[in-house]
Amino acid sequence: MDMHSGIVISKADGRPMYLQIMEQVNQRVAVGDWPPGHDIPSIRQLAVELQVSVITVKRAYLELEREGVIVTQHGKGSSIAIGAHPGPALLAGNLGRHLTEAARLAAALGLSDRQLTERLRNAAEQLKEERQ
Amino acid sequence: MSDLAIRFSGVGKDYPHFTLDNIDLELPAGGIMGFIGANGAGKSTTIRILMGLIHQDRGTVEVLGRPMPKEQAAIKADVGYVSEDMRLYKSATLDWHMKFVAPIYPGWDQGYAEELLKRFDLKAEQGIKGLSHGQRVKAALLLVLARRPRLLVLDEPTTGLDPVARHEVLGELMAVLADERRTILFSSHNTLDVEQISDQITFIDRGRIIAADDKESFLDRWRRVRLAVPTEVTLPALPGVIDTTRSGHLAVITVDRYDPAMAAAYGEAGATVSVVEPMTLEEIFVANVHGRRERCAA
Repeated sequence: MDMHSGIVISKADGRPMYLQIMEQVNQRVAVGDWPPGHDIPSIRQLAVELQVSVITVKRAYLELEREGVIVTQHGKGSSIAIGAHPGPALLAGNLGRHLTEAARLAAALGLSDRQLTERLRNAAEQLKEERQ
Repeated sequence: MSDLAIRFSGVGKDYPHFTLDNIDLELPAGGIMGFIGANGAGKSTTIRILMGLIHQDRGTVEVLGRPMPKEQAAIKADVGYVSEDMRLYKSATLDWHMKFVAPIYPGWDQGYAEELLKRFDLKAEQGIKGLSHGQRVKAALLLVLARRPRLLVLDEPTTGLDPVARHEVLGELMAVLADERRTILFSSHNTLDVEQISDQITFIDRGRIIAADDKESFLDRWRRVRLAVPTEVTLPALPGVIDTTRSGHLAVITVDRYDPAMAAAYGEAGATVSVVEPMTLEEIFVANVHGRRERCAA
């Protein structure tokens, strides 16, 4: 078993620690470091390694389980789910976060929803032009 | 035997100028609880009752399934306690202390003690007199950890430690929890340490427990909501709102039971939610204490 997860928690990152753990497990799967069926550290092992509370890791694992990325068997620990496809889910998550951030900044600037949509459309057009 | 390592039920203690009132506390075995309070809030009094150093006037205390103070001798064999005011013999060495403690406790693990010496960067032959504050805390912790007690009770273990020593101490506490039968209660006013490693969090203020929950629920429930509010709009009174601050056309609301439906309720009243921010444990603690004190004063 891979006892060392390689997961690093940032305290400067404002997001909850359980989200950071989820994202990094997803990344390990997305880049192929953790293939389907691969055993991952138990909740307690990871908590000890990262020096974060057991309940935080437990929450990350429960959500990963719900998303179908990992499976947990009683007494056997957790492993990457067969058929886990975290790539699109991961990108979708990132997109969602950036859109939320964009909406927040637009609100702070006092932009209307229409102006915000316009800016997004322009950005997409620009990207298309750059690629041609 | 219950699977609660600590159970306080209706515990009280009266002093001329301070009352510890109706303390209920439950910590399951295998968990770690951070006990947060300002100076003088009652943290140390609660811990001293837990350790049988002082006795409660009311209520019942059970530690590892046994009543305290009645069975304190049996309990103490399984409990390790480190506090700031605990003194080591200045003229003796750490090695002398280790040899003094080892025969008293059957669980003493010499191999682990030596491992801890290395990890804490301590020298057994060094006299206590020459140790820095951080080294003394680590030495006291070593003497307790090497007994492998089922319950560790630590009063302000990280206070006054430099960042490296804090990291070593927190890491060692987490290593203890790798064994799921072992339990830790630690008090602190450093909310960052508590936020990092605790499963359960209890806030105490002025002799009363003002909030107790698991950490994820705490962090999930509390939010700061920033709103744009036209002058003529009155914000509706929504449940869970602890504090509202209006300044010009902006308002900041602190809520202890955030629900996404709140945004719609404010929208209907004519206000616009611009951002919903999570709060750190420190911000939650301060908001909690202020909210409670204001309500008491009103």
